[in-house]
Amino acid sequence: MLRFIARRLLETIPVLFIIVTATFFMIRFVPGGPFTAEKAVTPEVMRNLERAYNLDKPLWRQYAGYLGKVVFHGDLGPSFKYPNRTVNEIIADKLPVSLELGAWAMLIALGLGLPLGIIAAIKRNTFMDYLCSAFGMIGICVPTFVLGPLLALSLGIYLHLFNVSGWYGPTDRILPGVTLGFVYAAYVMRLTRGGMLEVLNQDFIRTARAKGASEFRVIFRHAIRGGLLPVVSFLGPAIAGILTGSFVIETIFQIPGLGREFVNSAFNRDYTLVLGTVILYATLLIGLNLVVDVVQVWLNPKLKFE
Amino acid sequence: MPSRLSLLLLATALVLTGCAKKDPAPAADAGNQPAPRKFLRFGNGTEPQDIDPAIVTGSPEYRLLQTFSEGLVSEDPDMQIIPGAAERWEISPDGLTYTFHLRADGKWSNGDPVTGQDFVETYQRMLNPVLACQYAYMLYNHVVGAKAYYDGKTTDFSTVGLKAPDARTLVVTLLQPAPFLLHAMNHYAWYPVHIATVKKFGGLTQRSTAWTRPENYVGNGPYVLKKWIPNQIIVAERSPTYWDRARVKIDEIDLYPIELADTEERMFRTGQLDITNEVPLTKLAVYRREHPESVRVDPYNGLYFYRYNVQRKPFDDVRVRRALALAIDRESLVKNVTLADETPAYNFVPPNLLGYRSEHTFKADLAEARRLLAEAGYPEGRGFPRADLLYNTLEKHKTIAEALQQMWLKNLGINITLLNEEWKVYMDDQHSRNFQFQRAGWIADYIDPHVFFDLWETGGGNNDSNWGNPEYDRLLHSALATPNNAARFAIYQQMEKILIDEMPMLPLFNYTRARLISPRVKGFFSTPIDNYPWKYADVAP
Repeated sequence: MLRFIARRLLETIPVLFIIVTATFFMIRFVPGGPFTAEKAVTPEVMRNLERAYNLDKPLWRQYAGYLGKVVFHGDLGPSFKYPNRTVNEIIADKLPVSLELGAWAMLIALGLGLPLGIIAAIKRNTFMDYLCSAFGMIGICVPTFVLGPLLALSLGIYLHLFNVSGWYGPTDRILPGVTLGFVYAAYVMRLTRGGMLEVLNQDFIRTARAKGASEFRVIFRHAIRGGLLPVVSFLGPAIAGILTGSFVIETIFQIPGLGREFVNSAFNRDYTLVLGTVILYATLLIGLNLVVDVVQVWLNPKLKFE
Repeated sequence: MPSRLSLLLLATALVLTGCAKKDPAPAADAGNQPAPRKFLRFGNGTEPQDIDPAIVTGSPEYRLLQTFSEGLVSEDPDMQIIPGAAERWEISPDGLTYTFHLRADGKWSNGDPVTGQDFVETYQRMLNPVLACQYAYMLYNHVVGAKAYYDGKTTDFSTVGLKAPDARTLVVTLLQPAPFLLHAMNHYAWYPVHIATVKKFGGLTQRSTAWTRPENYVGNGPYVLKKWIPNQIIVAERSPTYWDRARVKIDEIDLYPIELADTEERMFRTGQLDITNEVPLTKLAVYRREHPESVRVDPYNGLYFYRYNVQRKPFDDVRVRRALALAIDRESLVKNVTLADETPAYNFVPPNLLGYRSEHTFKADLAEARRLLAEAGYPEGRGFPRADLLYNTLEKHKTIAEALQQMWLKNLGINITLLNEEWKVYMDDQHSRNFQFQRAGWIADYIDPHVFFDLWETGGGNNDSNWGNPEYDRLLHSALATPNNAARFAIYQQMEKILIDEMPMLPLFNYTRARLISPRVKGFFSTPIDNYPWKYADVAP
């Protein structure tokens, strides 16, 4: 297993290198730059600005310089858009917020999706099943930019239960967490139901029942481990989606997370912030996929580390 | 072995929660408890870049700078020039020398006196080419010797017309009279910075420094920067050292950086905001019907127009440019599409600028438009070449463009193609003149019609239309040298006549600023360039 992990980590290096290189050059070839604005910058000022940010050097030298700083000093450079903050600081400030939001969303997704999925599977083709499946369908269909404002309107404005936006007190976590987690809860519910149904039809379950195991024991002792495998495989992409996809939620609820920086930095042509967030998310995604792969082998006796 | 699975799920949740840093103490939860202090919360648009006047360029930043610092002069609610950091000033008879006398009780937020030397050193920093200040031209277009210093032709700042003969005097020497200079000086390019603080945190020529962080920042305005959590809140607290502090009524102003008008509107409804930056257009009518007391629409000194590229067909023909301008119903556009009391524009300068009123306007005239188009070789629109209207991707611009597209089709029989681009791509295409005609807007940096005439100078940095006229340029320069407004405005009238005849652009409407404002806010006013001089505002308890 250690050899497997070590090999996968080694593979990460060229992947990251390619991602950084591609991003570095792509963002440079996009029309417009960090100082493109409605009021044109005079040519003299533009020359001075480019000098101040080393943009007057040949592109390959900028690239080499950037890579050197990142690899040897872990320095992602100053932000173009926010001159009094560095990219390292922006990430250090905002990643925890996105992670916390993601954690709440994950909690909602699993806390809601797993029980509903299990219930739906056990009570297959009954009213309960239809109810849970309807939840699954609605959750997948309703986009976050509809659900968010709806929740803010009903629970925030009409019932005065929560602030409609902001990230100040503990209660401010609820609306965005639910909004972001809802769609994933729906997926988890459907995957759980599917996985459980498949397992419940297998011979060893019939054997367990024949041996007189209680229904509770059959479900939670025998079926659940196999039944949840699809959910585990889904967790990797889900966490990735929650982390990178929080842009909409962060904008609707005015949350100071990294998702907004990730998207807005591209609009602002904030070269260093684009690269910084891309490097971070790429690393996170590669890491998460590795974890999921390891866990899958661990849970599923049919798989082996090759 | 269910334990492995539950362990895994638990671990996932724990890892994620564990990574999450605890948030700082609840910031502006003041609504829940009775506050002895007067406070006001308002939406300030996008997250500000910085509050260093040598770095920033946007209007959210302008509002912050007006809160935390003060220039030599200021503007009262009627837009008249009143004393600021300078208590009085003299202008030499030739209009070239301005002598400012700083007030004795002018203080920085750390207690230091505000001196003439502070201003001189601030301007020296702004004009330092290494810092690459984008608004440096606001100084070097007017001040003697400043351009040479900026271009590096001299490193001797004593050649520049900015001098502090003693601690309480500042002398500014100009290249030409520039009668609007005092209004221009209310722009943040002229605001002072606390040089010792700038030096301490990074130095005078560094763009990326920490001197503007709340723990370091020193300003001379009515409020001090108390707290700044990026994308969350900026807290401004009444300054104990500001000279006019007796007039400042509100103890704390919380500025929220909010991008979405819909989010702002929801916050307004729950009382999280007292003043919003915008109103969602779809909700404006509802608010007007149900809560007229909360809606406020102020004139905004800006023009929304379409810029022609006069070197591209078919807009190289002035008859086509005029035909398109005459064939649209601007009244209907502002009434049914833009919705926020904008005024239709039939000339090139928004009204209410120091009493300047355009004598030369045009009016919608369908018959004339059709005649011009036929004369240009496209009778009833036949044979009209493909014309792309470029706009930046935004719902509002799209709706306006679609309405006009319909009007031109119906009235002139020509079919315009709509083309939208992401903001920076669109800007890039504009500045490289890669368009046929495009949506544009121009907002005054300071209160003077000069701002709008300056735009169309031949080869001017923001002209971008390829249009130019030597007579126009000559008039523009002679206006700058005219010491009084009456004579200067007479020249502007002639210039506007040229613009009407040649139409390098198609004016559509004058902007307004619509916002929601709680009835508990008193004495709030917004300047025509959308600044809020906070010291006049008050809130009911």
